[in-house]
Amino acid sequence: MKPAAFTYHRAGSVRRAVELLSELGEDAKVIAGGQSLVAMMNYRLARPEHLVDIAHVKGLAGIRRVGGALHIGALTTHHAVEVADLTPDFAVLSRTMRWVGHLPIRTRGTIGGSLAHADGTAEWCILAVLLDARIVVEGPGGTRRIAASDLFLGPFTSALEPDELIVEVVFPRRAPRAALTEYAERRGDFAIVAAAVDLDGCPEAPDIPLVVLGGVAPTPLPVRLGPDFTGTTGPGRFGEFATAVADQVQIRDDTGVSAHYRRGLVRTLVERACEEAAQA
Amino acid sequence: MKEGRIGANGTWVGASVPRREDPRLLTGRGRYVDDLTAQGMLHAQFVRSNEAHARIVSVDLSEVLNVPGVVAAFTADDLNLRDMVGVMERPEHEFRVTAMPVLARDRVRFAGEPIAIVIATDPYTAEDGLEAAVVTYEPLPPVVSEEAALAPDAVLLHDEAPDNTYVDVTMFATEGIDAVFDDAHRVIGVDLRSGRQNALPMETRGVVAEWIDRDEQLLVRTCTQIPHTIRDTVAACAGLDERQVRVIVPDMGGGFGQKSCVGREEVAAAAAALRLRRPVKWIEDRRDNLTASFLGREQHYRARAAFDAEGHLLALDTDVICDMGAYSAYPSTAAIEPMMAAVEMPGVYKLPAYRVRARAIATNKAPTAAYRGVSRPQCVMVMERLMERAARELGLDALDVRRRNLITTFPYKNSNNITYDPGSYLESLNLCEQTLREEGWYERKAEAAASGRVMGIGYACYSERTALASTAFSERKPRALVSFDMSDITMDMTGSVRVTTGTLSHGQSHETTMAQIVADRLSLPIDKVKIVQGDTDKITYGFGSFASRSIVIGGGAVAAAAVALTDQLRILAAHLLEVDTDAVELDGEGGVRVRDEPERRLSYGDLAFVAYLQSPRLPKGFGPGLRASGSYDMLADGVFSNATHGVVVELDPGTGGVRILRYVCVEDVGVAINPQVVEGQCRGGIAQGIAGALFEEVRYDPSGQPLAPSFMEYKVPTAMEIPDIRIEHLETPSALTESGAKGAGEGGTIGAPAAVLNAVNDALRDTGVEFDDTPISRELVYRALENGPVGPGAATPAH
Amino acid sequence: MPDIQLIELNVNGESHDLAIPPRRTLADVLRHDLGLTGTHVGCEHGICGACTVLIDGAPARACLTFAVQVEGAEIRTVESLAGPDGAMNDLQQAFTDHHGLQCGFCTPGFLMLAEGYLAEEPEPTREEIREVVASNICRCTGYHTIVDAIEHCARKRRADCASG
Repeated sequence: MKPAAFTYHRAGSVRRAVELLSELGEDAKVIAGGQSLVAMMNYRLARPEHLVDIAHVKGLAGIRRVGGALHIGALTTHHAVEVADLTPDFAVLSRTMRWVGHLPIRTRGTIGGSLAHADGTAEWCILAVLLDARIVVEGPGGTRRIAASDLFLGPFTSALEPDELIVEVVFPRRAPRAALTEYAERRGDFAIVAAAVDLDGCPEAPDIPLVVLGGVAPTPLPVRLGPDFTGTTGPGRFGEFATAVADQVQIRDDTGVSAHYRRGLVRTLVERACEEAAQA
Repeated sequence: MKEGRIGANGTWVGASVPRREDPRLLTGRGRYVDDLTAQGMLHAQFVRSNEAHARIVSVDLSEVLNVPGVVAAFTADDLNLRDMVGVMERPEHEFRVTAMPVLARDRVRFAGEPIAIVIATDPYTAEDGLEAAVVTYEPLPPVVSEEAALAPDAVLLHDEAPDNTYVDVTMFATEGIDAVFDDAHRVIGVDLRSGRQNALPMETRGVVAEWIDRDEQLLVRTCTQIPHTIRDTVAACAGLDERQVRVIVPDMGGGFGQKSCVGREEVAAAAAALRLRRPVKWIEDRRDNLTASFLGREQHYRARAAFDAEGHLLALDTDVICDMGAYSAYPSTAAIEPMMAAVEMPGVYKLPAYRVRARAIATNKAPTAAYRGVSRPQCVMVMERLMERAARELGLDALDVRRRNLITTFPYKNSNNITYDPGSYLESLNLCEQTLREEGWYERKAEAAASGRVMGIGYACYSERTALASTAFSERKPRALVSFDMSDITMDMTGSVRVTTGTLSHGQSHETTMAQIVADRLSLPIDKVKIVQGDTDKITYGFGSFASRSIVIGGGAVAAAAVALTDQLRILAAHLLEVDTDAVELDGEGGVRVRDEPERRLSYGDLAFVAYLQSPRLPKGFGPGLRASGSYDMLADGVFSNATHGVVVELDPGTGGVRILRYVCVEDVGVAINPQVVEGQCRGGIAQGIAGALFEEVRYDPSGQPLAPSFMEYKVPTAMEIPDIRIEHLETPSALTESGAKGAGEGGTIGAPAAVLNAVNDALRDTGVEFDDTPISRELVYRALENGPVGPGAATPAH
Repeated sequence: MPDIQLIELNVNGESHDLAIPPRRTLADVLRHDLGLTGTHVGCEHGICGACTVLIDGAPARACLTFAVQVEGAEIRTVESLAGPDGAMNDLQQAFTDHHGLQCGFCTPGFLMLAEGYLAEEPEPTREEIREVVASNICRCTGYHTIVDAIEHCARKRRADCASG
């Protein structure tokens, strides 16, 4: 389990990183924390010819509040978010980090890396869609912002061009009543199902919780219920709401996990996420 | 924690002596096989089969040799090594002799099977080399299940094994057993399967081999539980004299049975080192460990038990099928699981009539070695499920049914023809139940039910026959019989001793516990005793560590050697002090004194000085030097450790999740040489049993490709899944062993799966669903709870 | 032809100049280029944690890190814990007192995990310790005594701190 050979490039700046990516094309991969990439390289399931290391780029790590929004630099580690004081508006981010792998993974893995890896069950991907994050990306043509809902195209496939780099993630909307919960047989594993809820997540329908699910579709799946569910943001109606969400989503049988069971997990986890969000 | 370092009677035995192994292992100064180097060392990896079942049309390694860094690559034909063939001396219809080649020759029988060895200047380029190998296959139909293997038109894996069956024995068959079933008040059935598992030592397998000209020896440093068997096998496969192979075992990161067979890669790497006359290292990577090492546990039991109306067990008829995978491993053979299951089945229960058919079958999966407990976890599952089901069907209390059937008079000869030495079967059950009651778990369970939560309490009672040796193994009729251990002891002029053991600690703490035994015999401080293990040049012969044999058999041998040395010390002291040998005794302070004149004494150092440097003063026929030998064999059926496990679980109706809230183990291993070490063995064993009950399974797809090549799929439980475990000791010293101890290595693993199953089933009591299989499927738990309570009636097995 | 990178690696307070292929993991460089074999390799995909070391004080997987990535960082391995005379530190002593190891293969990873964690969180609850211990895999102990050892070490450090 030793990786194939590659050439190593250390970028000192975002501009240099983008230049390198442009020069090297599809054979290059960006490495930040490397917590997903290196495991795949050790299995030789990924074998980039070039690695562009952006970990030494200054100014890409850190958490800032700008007005009501939260800006998180791409190199910010999961653990940095875990221990940051983001109460009350964005406490959901800190609380969710305990679901991300384990401590020694969280100390190295980054928000930018997680989003770029585009695993549909990954917590950052789900949170980004739930909270309508804007992904700030640098490329040869300059800066562009991608809405989280447009970022994920399929399993491990994102809208990033090979020569683009995530530099920052902006969470524009406060979410004091949001939560993510998930289920796996063993702690720290990728979830069979993950459910994230923002009780105030539908500005157009303030009484209906916004739900984003992981593990039921190739990418994080937002679920919005119709006006029949107005008023389900309060305790007592979470069970009814969760059942409706579970009944609405399309789920297929999978190796080892039937659609019926997965649907049951959706119902359970949506309800529990609602309860946790209400108590937040 | 600090107190009690010396046992209650002023002995080392019985004290939780700090481990001698710890300081080096805690400071990074342990030396495991991958920490070893040698001048000019090369690194090996293996070209492995992509196919589960195929004929090899061709193996082309020409491009491999062009990869930068690759030094050599060899196929089976290049190395021309003898096959490994394990033999049981049983009739041909009971045991079919099949061969396991070191490298696959014309046929591959599982995905991951080694076909060629690639040797390079570093491990990275060795893997580059593998990618350049071209193997052409002619696929054969894969056989990946019991049903497929036994199908009338099944393709045979081995021509020598018709019906894809390595072993097929029917045993005991108590006279009149059919009539017992015909007349029984109730016949209860159980049909259960246990999933394939990986013993999973944290250190994978590995070897460093090199030819040493000066010693005329192939030095094989390898992490194995069986150093002498590795020596014999490497010599046999490579055509060397046994003196030309030396096996040294460095610090070792666990084994649990996976390293109790000869690895094909160990032999191939050694042969390559011999061929190249350069050191060759092979370190198994985790993917290969998970898919292509030795596995175990995949079994299917169909049992029928006859009970009377009061719940007395009258008869048991069992059919056992063990899926041994693609080869009969050496030296344990494919008989290891079925023979263990057949003989040990009744466990702690009085069984008047017994019949068993036990088979080992061939499938296109990685082969099976011993894994901690070997079949007994499943035997206990069968017996404990039967007890529970009998209680349920007869309307009796399940613990009372057990109490009616537990063996309580000893020695007891059961219908499996084994005599059980004394134990505390009933006492351990009573104390375990009492402990859970006193801790309030029964109230908590009732409260939980009232608030809609789902809790269950389950038990398992078992005994484990430990220290199997000549008598026990000869009944199974292997050609190579695991039996004695022998030990040599030498004392130097500082009064320190070195003691050899043919057992091989790889986590079990023998450097400490065996030193405790010797220190007591010689009245020495423990730091004056050094245990020497794992070197075939220093130890005349030995079988290694497995089957919970070490502390009884190895410990018996070091004790015998120490006692023999005390005889030498007394003979020499009496001669020098000019009294009869009977008139002297050890003084407990590192010397020998005249019993009636205690001021007349000679220290061990004084005696050793004479023995080495003043030989004219020695008595006639003595020495020279101060050394002695001892050996030990278990010339009885073995000694039985026993325990009861009690488990409290909570099920999550929303997810099917199973959480263990409490785990209590009441164990009896006779005299605990080092109680802290015994507790460690229990807890670790229980964790592995929980792993099998709830988490781990090596699965294959229909084409025979392994589905768990990483720890993402092979779910080894962590500290979040394994609870704190309360251990209570009972002590029934064995009269058959040197120190009263019984083996303690495997027990935890044996009891845990049944206890967890019973706890889950207790929680599901109202649903009408019962689980018999492991690992327990969370989806099936979810479905059982989803359907809610049903009225009383026959339970439905969930498969 | 092989791509070789020159790096300076700071390990246990010592600086090392290395010329290595960039694909060498930190685990392999520590073990085989620097001879610090106390760091073990158990899975090479970041799950077992036997290779856990401290990178700038934080526990991290040396198998998921290329050595070239951590030039300029402070790396600490198990070899740094004992005193200059080889005496075990309090954490190591707690592991032996509580029988928190058997085969010892996973142990350096657990020690470095705990060392990094307790530095950041000196007053953890037992459940918090358990959750962190769940980062690594041990096959021998069942974890109970590992949690015990870390809990007692933390408690003793707090007591020593309060009294000193």
